[in-house]
Amino acid sequence: MRYLPLTDEDRTSMLATVGVESVDALYRGVPKAALLDRPVDLPPHGGEIEVERRICALAAQNIGASTAPFFLGAGNYFHHIPATVDHLIQRSEYLTSYTPYQPEISQGTLQALFEFQTQVALITGMEIANASMYDGATACAEAAMMACRVTRRHRVVLSGGLHPHYRDVTATNVKFMSLDISALAPDANGTEDAAVTIDDHTACVVVQNPDVFGRVRDYSNLGAACRAKGALLVVVVTEIVSLGALMPPGDMGADIVAAEGQSLGNPMSFGGPHVGLFAVREKFLRQMPGRLCGETVDTDGKRGWVLTLSTREQHIRREKATSNICTNSGLCALAFTIHLTLLGEAGFTRLAAINHARASTLAKKLGAVPGVVLLNETFFNEFTLRLPRPASPIVDTLAARGILAGVPVVRLFPDQRDLANLLLVSATEMTTDDDMDRLVAALGEVLK
Amino acid sequence: MTDVVTLTGNRGLDLEEKLIFEQDKAGRTAVDLPEPERHDNRLGPARRTRPIGLPGLSEPQVVRHYVRMSRNNYAIDAGIYPLGSCTMKHNPRLNEKMARQPGLADIHPLQPQGTVQGAFALMHELAHWLAELTGMPAVALSPAAGAHGELTGLMAIRSALEARGDARRVVLVPESAHGTNPASAHMCGYEIESVAATARGRVDLAAMKARLAPDVAAVMITNPNTCGLFEDDMAEISAAVHAAGAFVYCDGANFNAIVGRVRPGDLGIDAMHLNLHKTFSTPHGGGGPGAGPVTLSKALAPFAPLPYVVREGEGFRLVEQAGETGAHPYGRMKGFHGQFGVFVRALSYMMSMGSDGLRQASADAVLNANYLRARLQGTMSLSYEGPCMHEVLFDDHFLADTGVSTLDFAKAMIDEGVHPMTMYFPLIVHGAFLIEPTETEGRASLDLLADLMLGLAKRAKAKEVAFFKDSPKLAPRRRLDETRAARNPVLRWMPPAPKAAAE
Repeated sequence: MRYLPLTDEDRTSMLATVGVESVDALYRGVPKAALLDRPVDLPPHGGEIEVERRICALAAQNIGASTAPFFLGAGNYFHHIPATVDHLIQRSEYLTSYTPYQPEISQGTLQALFEFQTQVALITGMEIANASMYDGATACAEAAMMACRVTRRHRVVLSGGLHPHYRDVTATNVKFMSLDISALAPDANGTEDAAVTIDDHTACVVVQNPDVFGRVRDYSNLGAACRAKGALLVVVVTEIVSLGALMPPGDMGADIVAAEGQSLGNPMSFGGPHVGLFAVREKFLRQMPGRLCGETVDTDGKRGWVLTLSTREQHIRREKATSNICTNSGLCALAFTIHLTLLGEAGFTRLAAINHARASTLAKKLGAVPGVVLLNETFFNEFTLRLPRPASPIVDTLAARGILAGVPVVRLFPDQRDLANLLLVSATEMTTDDDMDRLVAALGEVLK
Repeated sequence: MTDVVTLTGNRGLDLEEKLIFEQDKAGRTAVDLPEPERHDNRLGPARRTRPIGLPGLSEPQVVRHYVRMSRNNYAIDAGIYPLGSCTMKHNPRLNEKMARQPGLADIHPLQPQGTVQGAFALMHELAHWLAELTGMPAVALSPAAGAHGELTGLMAIRSALEARGDARRVVLVPESAHGTNPASAHMCGYEIESVAATARGRVDLAAMKARLAPDVAAVMITNPNTCGLFEDDMAEISAAVHAAGAFVYCDGANFNAIVGRVRPGDLGIDAMHLNLHKTFSTPHGGGGPGAGPVTLSKALAPFAPLPYVVREGEGFRLVEQAGETGAHPYGRMKGFHGQFGVFVRALSYMMSMGSDGLRQASADAVLNANYLRARLQGTMSLSYEGPCMHEVLFDDHFLADTGVSTLDFAKAMIDEGVHPMTMYFPLIVHGAFLIEPTETEGRASLDLLADLMLGLAKRAKAKEVAFFKDSPKLAPRRRLDETRAARNPVLRWMPPAPKAAAE
């Protein structure tokens, strides 16, 4: 077996050093009844050729974005990943290291995290950011719990423009804490005024920008309303590329930003692993969840980095920690920071501009299909269409024609049959004119 | 050799590297993108109107930046990484190749289910392997890491209890447990009570039984435990817990010791997470991503969270909402369907190892740890007698009166070119050295580690205190001032203040 270096000769002589006859003697603490005397009922080991064949056969049953006109988004986006990103994250020194517990031999990871934290703070317009969370949805849940700790209040208001997975993950996370969730109705028409829901018990209002229907919002007034009533404003961003074109949440008065960073450097990969971004105002630093990388010096006075403020964390504080999180999304954060470093200011803003331009072109073309109505006044790279008939069967029909047309809104809001005709459509720098023309033609035919 | 001073600060292949922000030239980019086409601007009023402040670099600079920095990291690909309870085993590159296949890396979680049947089949296959290996009937795949799995399993327990109208308040956690255990139980709304360990390093069965009142919801056990020992009373613990109407949660971080040899389901476990980034070889990536699927007993299976995959006829279906017959999901733990890219890697590893290979791997992991125990125990102070599982625990009694601490010892190991073991954990012994070699270390590598630890122990006993306090001397950095980092947190780069502002 190629991953096991010990030979039978090694095993025999090592057992002699240990002073036992066989490995079984080392398992003597295990009750006999629980000890298996044969391999479990699973296939035996396979060589690379065989494993590749088996897994590639499964892959071949799927239709991927690289091979079909593709228009899905809803919190997971198809973007180009520069070759440099995937090469660098596969360097052994990054890929196969652990959490940087010994900083003297982990400066590569730590310096990259320090740069990551700075980049996240810059694009969100916030003061500080942590070293990542699992994903955007869990970051959102952590933001709500943190707001309750900061304000010592127990009510969390979730906007109807928030991605339903984020809503559900947040509600599930606090289910057994004494916190109340007020989830507002799906805001398909963009008429929600969350400010009127704030009362003296409200810890935070959680909104999303662009919202799950794709609309671009300015939450400055809501931020002011929150401040006036002692609540925090939590802004969720599920498409991080949008921050290359939009006003950052910090400028709108956000107290916490919880975001999904997948769009930079990370493949869709069927929804994970991704990277949660978490940025806050500095005054809330000590209530933050997750790891933080900080600058310091070594005994020679040279600049270096360490994991810091760990008295917030589970390995020190146990049940009094700000969160139970330990492992986060280190390598996905590295992919994110490398991609953003490659882009720089000029590339990031250009990428955002292209995304918006592509979506704007697509919206115009689709809006001209008879029976199709564009719901959005504003959008970044994703918008909602109202079709004359339920969207799910239409999407299935288009998939059978080899076109992945978007996300039916009922897939996200299964209880809202009144949203059955709505379809979320996204375009990115990967969307070609040909992709658009094929979608427009096929949709026109299906709706005839 | 340490007193060589160079003009650049570099030391041969050991290279200094500035931050990206210190290499910025405005307008430069490493990604060539076309001009956006002419279009109607639909962004509305909330557009960006000020610069972001991101630095501009070219592609060669970016490549060089991350390559130079990478040289300051130790890695399992470079040598033994014996962090106890972390299972730093070899990360096969086949796994990476598989996860990057078209049809796996480029699929979206909300595609029509008919277009991703292969992905569901893969998730179903992974769950089947985990169920067979643990002897437990159901698997919740979505948790993102071990701690997330703990919370997932505890929520299933609490949901099962509430479904029968049973409002219990307390979770018992052994004092040797990972810090995530009490933190997760707290997030599940429970009060935490500690259970003492015996002089043998196991859970005190009598003390635990005495505490098993009707207010106890669950007991969290790590097995093998964090002292590297099998909880030999496990079956009796489970029986007692069940008799008291409570559930048994098992922290599966140490599953590598027993995979293919002991099935936790046969020991009465109700819920257990598996760290795919430990036992099943997926890379830890400097801090993640992991994956922490939770296996569930028959009693807890109906309470698994959404979403999950079920077989239906010839194909598979993803259940995304409540309402299935017999299922009482308590909610959703994560966006989309879990760490799919990690699932692909773990399945690639399992298929490579097979049932025979996994059984050999656990045997070799346990043998390697016992070999280190045998080689070190005459010199270092073994915390608990008898054979260990896949990791061996020493404490710092052998350093008594030497003036050398566990930390000093670890820093001296760095100069010897190995990554230190886990230090100061578990908390139940003084100055812990928790050593987990894993099965992917050969004998030469184990001997290298044993020889250097014995050599360092000899120097410690000779009271060469200055040598240890001064370590590491040969790493990219000397000891870093962690107190300063915490007292005056600098968590991001800031542009230098303009010179004029000083006046």
